[in-house]
Amino acid sequence: MRRIRVDLFLLAAFLVVLSCVLAARFAEASNPPTTAQGLAAWQQVYSVLTNPRCINCHTATDYPQQGDDRRRHVANVVRGAEGKGVPGLNCAGCHQETNADSTGVPGGHNWHLAPLSMRWQDINDRALSSGDVCRALTDRSKNNNLDGPGLLKHHEEEPLVKWAWNPGRRPDGTTRTLPPLTHEEFVAATRRWVEAGTPCPK
Amino acid sequence: MATYQLTVNGKRREVTVDPSTPLLWVLREDLKMTGTKFGCGISACGACTVHVGGVATRSCIVPISHIGDRPIVTIEGISQDAVGRAVQDAWVEKDVVQCGYCQSGQIMSAVALLKDTPKPTDKNIEESMGGNLCRCGTYPRIREAIKTASAQITKGGA
Repeated sequence: MRRIRVDLFLLAAFLVVLSCVLAARFAEASNPPTTAQGLAAWQQVYSVLTNPRCINCHTATDYPQQGDDRRRHVANVVRGAEGKGVPGLNCAGCHQETNADSTGVPGGHNWHLAPLSMRWQDINDRALSSGDVCRALTDRSKNNNLDGPGLLKHHEEEPLVKWAWNPGRRPDGTTRTLPPLTHEEFVAATRRWVEAGTPCPK
Repeated sequence: MATYQLTVNGKRREVTVDPSTPLLWVLREDLKMTGTKFGCGISACGACTVHVGGVATRSCIVPISHIGDRPIVTIEGISQDAVGRAVQDAWVEKDVVQCGYCQSGQIMSAVALLKDTPKPTDKNIEESMGGNLCRCGTYPRIREAIKTASAQITKGGA
């Protein structure tokens, strides 16, 4: 009899804890992040977007950049009409479907420059301000008509975005530096920013 | 080591090499096709240019394991192609070559350009050939030969 009472007590305690957790989750889900929380999340996103792994292909110029020092790409590579280089000098002429670690050439599916509408630098290769990048990113006339969930999906699934966290080795065999957040943290920050309504700094 | 089945200039070839071996060295060392040249080894000069799946490709930095089943065309096979033939004829007509070391790469890039853009502007030529260096400075003759080949192709000769 005493054993049954103990079991019932434990069951009741478990149900109370479970209901508290569910209530907290529900409250969290039904209360989107505040604008301040969204702006804080955006700053995390911005720190990744302006990392060389990302911004080197979001140029305002006629050429991509490379390296952590964001120098002009070797071999006089130019943007081309579709951001994939030109016939004799196509991105795919060096950048294959995956990284080539033995030769130090990065690779990923459909290697190309971001369109000029998604430039995150000025023509002097200086990163745009947090607010300017945010406004460009959320302008559906510039961002391939992506809404908030579309942007989240892009950050979560686009192969070239994900490449930034698997950037392969340099020709000297060292590993390329990674963005300041993990991909999971980046996606989580994007989600908070989107749930807050994609607020942008002034 | 791994074995790869390649299609080079329309012929099936089999090689057994380390997967990290650049295509250039498979062509030169294993298949003894030495028309494609080693220049810089870092894709900066264009001397090693071949076509892989129709794309002008720097063979010095593409490991053989990345080629897959895409057909490879080298300078030894480019004359089988009408545009390739026109470019080689124009190269001879305009006496483009000086030392010649970079020229197989120049021709492969020029063919890629003309296949995509049969009537290239000067800007098209500058951009597309901008990654192919020539220490002899044959650039004016290269440009002239590309225009000659373009004229030949667009009048229906290729």
